Amino acid sequence: MSQIEPRHQINWDWRAAGNFICGGSGSGLVILAALASSSGVPYWPLGFAGAVLVGMGLFSVWLEIGRPWRALHVFFHPQSSWMTREAFVSALLLPMTLLAALAAAPFVYLPDIAAGAISLAALLAAAYLYCQARILLASKGIPAWRHAALRPVILVTGLAEGCGFLLLAMALFGGAAVSPLVLLLLLLLGRWLAWRRYLSGLKAAGAPVKALAVLSEATPMINGLGHYAAAVLVLLALVMADLGSWLGALAGLVTIASGWRLKFVVVARAAFNQGFALPLTPVRGAGVPGPGDKPGWTKSGY
Amino acid sequence: MTRFVMVADLRRCVGCQTCTAACKHANATPPGVQWRQVLDMETGSYPQVQRTFVPVGCMHCANPPCEDVCPSTATKIRLDGIVEIDYDLCIGCGYCAVACPYQARHIVYKRDLAYGEKGAMRHEEARFDESRMSVAMKCNFCQDRIDSAKETRQTPGVDPEVTPACVNSCIAGALNFGDRDDSGSNVSALLAENQTFRMHEELGADPGFYYIWDKNHEPD
Repeated sequence: MSQIEPRHQINWDWRAAGNFICGGSGSGLVILAALASSSGVPYWPLGFAGAVLVGMGLFSVWLEIGRPWRALHVFFHPQSSWMTREAFVSALLLPMTLLAALAAAPFVYLPDIAAGAISLAALLAAAYLYCQARILLASKGIPAWRHAALRPVILVTGLAEGCGFLLLAMALFGGAAVSPLVLLLLLLLGRWLAWRRYLSGLKAAGAPVKALAVLSEATPMINGLGHYAAAVLVLLALVMADLGSWLGALAGLVTIASGWRLKFVVVARAAFNQGFALPLTPVRGAGVPGPGDKPGWTKSGY
Repeated sequence: MTRFVMVADLRRCVGCQTCTAACKHANATPPGVQWRQVLDMETGSYPQVQRTFVPVGCMHCANPPCEDVCPSTATKIRLDGIVEIDYDLCIGCGYCAVACPYQARHIVYKRDLAYGEKGAMRHEEARFDESRMSVAMKCNFCQDRIDSAKETRQTPGVDPEVTPACVNSCIAGALNFGDRDDSGSNVSALLAENQTFRMHEELGADPGFYYIWDKNHEPD
């Protein structure tokens, strides 16, 4: 049955996962940096870091494509391809974020330009993150990706990672600490709920057994470290004012690491394809069809 | 309009893989890449066990997920329903391969011959296509043959010269090809006379590959 049951796809590996890992973190950071800039947190290092992360993600996926010198062909199909849309958004997001970072930097400082560019960059980053979620959703050959409940997981994971980077930066550069901590707590709750909903939705809809096994195996670490431990660290940071920024940074690091792990597991490990199935078997001899089969699935559906 | 489809009679297929071999010969696909393959599926449990041979490949869907996601427009659906790839446009991103629910797409990164360069077979040398390296490739219903039908005034699915190699080679007459929208075609007759299903129909891709599992029964 090995050729019939769902098999792991071989076309997207860690390089594709790298795009979702770095791109999600980077876009989340650009959004969170814009929010934090209004409360005095310096935008320029965060915006610059966000752009670098998005760029690293794009470079990672560029390494994956078979004909890298034709990469500009990626812009040819905005009518329906979320990959094309992601490319268009990135072409605006990167220069806009760099412009915002430059205009907000103390050695240039153009406040009027900075304010508009920071807001625009945040909007573009949100669009970029949404495109990434839709790229997975459109992959109809991979049951673990096409489930609609994966979309909020990707969105909230990117935002949580962005908040993690923000807390890390605030420990290094200083700034107000309470509101990002509370926001991270809310984002962790959101990611926990989204992940839970995704897993239960996938089980209810039916999925390749091996994909569910991979996701179930990864869940204790994602929840234990990425949600419970991170939440405890955030609560400690809120209570212990003197160690607050460093505990917050640690919570941020744990959030980033677990978010990266989550996306790596989904993109590079749980990507089992549809496999093959028969709704019924042909009528021979006795004149009645036999039962169908969908090997390797939790629910046959037949 | 024309809508070319494949109709496989599961009652007839004996799993001989002649179609697989014919496809490999016609298209010189590298080792491990089969545009047409026949699955050997065992279903049921003892003593009610059945074995079914199921030809699969690109289903030439009317609503192909691969075409939707392709960022370069390399994957196109022709007016006659054939889903084709422009190898000069494809960037080899593999998005179509993860979007296809039928595992029909392959990417090969370097020339690979069944018995190595020294043992290159004539058809491998004759049909090696550099433009197929590092891009997506798949069954195209032998579109060169079909396209020549206009010049030769022949009918795809009827005349062997303009019919896919897998269909020509089928020893059991299990594989059939033709225009579904032509009421007088062989496939239209088969679809009218028999009960069919399409694989993973619930995914909404509207595949152009039908499987016959029984004849139509007259109402009592």
